[in-house]
Amino acid sequence: MELLVALSIGALTASGVFLTLRARTFPVVLGLTLLAYAVNLFLFAMGRLTIGLPPIIDPAQGQYADPLPQALVLTAIVIAFGMTAFLIVLALKARAELGNDHVDGLNLAKDEASLDHTLPPRKPQKQAGKTI
Amino acid sequence: MTSLPFLPLVVPLLIGISLLLIQSLGLKHQRFVSLMGAVALVWISIESLFVSLTGEPQVFILGNWAAPFGIVLVLDQLSAMMVLITSLLAMSAIWYAISQKIDNKGAHFHTLFHIQLFGLNGAFLTGDVFNLFVFFEVLLLASYGLILHGGGRLRTKAGLHYVVINLIGSTLFLFAVGALYGILGTLNIADMAVKIAELPVEDYGIVSAAGLLLLLVFGLKAAMFPLYLWLPQAYANAPAPVAALFAIMTKVGLYAIIRVHGTLFGSTAGDLAYFYMPWLLILGLITLLLAALGVLAARGLREQIAYLVLTSVATLLIGIGLNSPAALSASLYYLIHSTLIAGGFFLLADMIAQGRGIYDDRFESSKPIFKGILLGSFFIFAAIAMTGLPPLSGFFGKFLILAAALEHDWFAIIMATMLISSLFMIIAVAKSGSQLFYQTQIHQKPEGNLFSKKAFLAVVLLLGISPVLVILANPISAFTDSTTLQLLDKIQYIDTVLNTLPIERVQP
Repeated sequence: MELLVALSIGALTASGVFLTLRARTFPVVLGLTLLAYAVNLFLFAMGRLTIGLPPIIDPAQGQYADPLPQALVLTAIVIAFGMTAFLIVLALKARAELGNDHVDGLNLAKDEASLDHTLPPRKPQKQAGKTI
Repeated sequence: MTSLPFLPLVVPLLIGISLLLIQSLGLKHQRFVSLMGAVALVWISIESLFVSLTGEPQVFILGNWAAPFGIVLVLDQLSAMMVLITSLLAMSAIWYAISQKIDNKGAHFHTLFHIQLFGLNGAFLTGDVFNLFVFFEVLLLASYGLILHGGGRLRTKAGLHYVVINLIGSTLFLFAVGALYGILGTLNIADMAVKIAELPVEDYGIVSAAGLLLLLVFGLKAAMFPLYLWLPQAYANAPAPVAALFAIMTKVGLYAIIRVHGTLFGSTAGDLAYFYMPWLLILGLITLLLAALGVLAARGLREQIAYLVLTSVATLLIGIGLNSPAALSASLYYLIHSTLIAGGFFLLADMIAQGRGIYDDRFESSKPIFKGILLGSFFIFAAIAMTGLPPLSGFFGKFLILAAALEHDWFAIIMATMLISSLFMIIAVAKSGSQLFYQTQIHQKPEGNLFSKKAFLAVVLLLGISPVLVILANPISAFTDSTTLQLLDKIQYIDTVLNTLPIERVQP
């Protein structure tokens, strides 16, 4: 069981890291979700892997299953869930406002490109040229 | 007075919730409640500071379950100091947002602001690593909302980067916390320190790996090299009062390093004692150089201030990494100064940008601005304080850190880096000041927004703290000295936290 859990955590983390490094927002969101799954499994494993043991100290059983990691994982799940929801909405907003779904923005936004030029913007001059 | 550590947490939370409830009454009422809440928080923080000065850390046991089984809040001098800085910054930022009407550019500005304060104060007061994670998430989620307040393309793009990198940071934080829990079996900071002191040698590897992973996470929050690339754009594009409050956000990371690493891997940790310090020093030096180059290369005033914030973080990393009581005390002095001045500088930059109209804060020739002389004088004042020229508080902070560095083996490298980067900063700020205020199209009429006296009050309040820090340098450095002594006295912290007993239930 240890090997299986370790392999799953490793596979989830590796895919999560790979997807997080992608250039588009959707794989990044998926990658972060996978990383969250990986860390939840990891937290569970940190309470030691036990089968069929009570979560309270029972002298008859001898051993017990650590109940705390479950509480930690529950908190982590709730937080990760909320964050993912927020990130998806933000990614959609970014898609709408930046015109593409690249994390770094494939094309410079208009107001960003103007940073590299001297102001004032050219618009008023163009109109003046037309009227002449 | 045992309930005092609880108040800085519960007041912003309740205010934040009640702001939602009174939303239907209109923004006017929300503003009033929000401002009153911030003022109350300043009062509570001052009160907490006086209580913390009495000596022992104040411990509040949540739910009456004694540590290490329950969750504790600990108020010591460092926490009280951080809470006070936060509340001062918050009060000025809220005042500025109200007087410049920034709060009506999107929904729930005040609610998010107070929830952010709740998260910040929680991070400063908790005595438990997992709760530190939870409060980090609270303050981050509020900051995601705040950084996007008002919208706009650049803000969305910078916000997306900020959110993604912080989510990765949260995941790493959980990995580190999980690994520490797996070995130590506890999450209470004081109890973890006890467990690390008696750690068997074969577990050193995994605990130090988890410790460094935690350092990575805190370094991400503090914007340490190579994890600072998110900061300049995020800060430069955030609304001004939010950027001012964010001046404390990087310091949360530094606080967490001092608190968690200082306690876990402090003098009691045997072979693991202070193993992380060389990392802090080296990364701090690299961050400082790169940030100083960033200050030189910045295209706009806000971006430049964001890099200046980064230099102050780097200076603090060096100060902490020097690993001596004098250096830590000096760093705390510099922390007070740099946070408040950076906050004031962000607000001032926004006033200058507003005055310049369409030219915003870009370094190029613009039309003159209203009250240019007054704004320009304050710009010089803030620039002197921020770059660390005498006679203002930045100089004292840097001087104290450099004086403490003299005894370090690498003092030549540290001196050279800090002085050269300061020179870069001075050159860059002088250049930007002359571009903003001297190279104006002098025959034109100003056409930016009118100067707002009310909003300027917030700038004056924050920047006015610099002379106060100079005049009261002696008592304040005495305070930071005693804070350092308290921080280095792990035994007292551990004993106080672990020996605080639950209150007996009153029998009916």
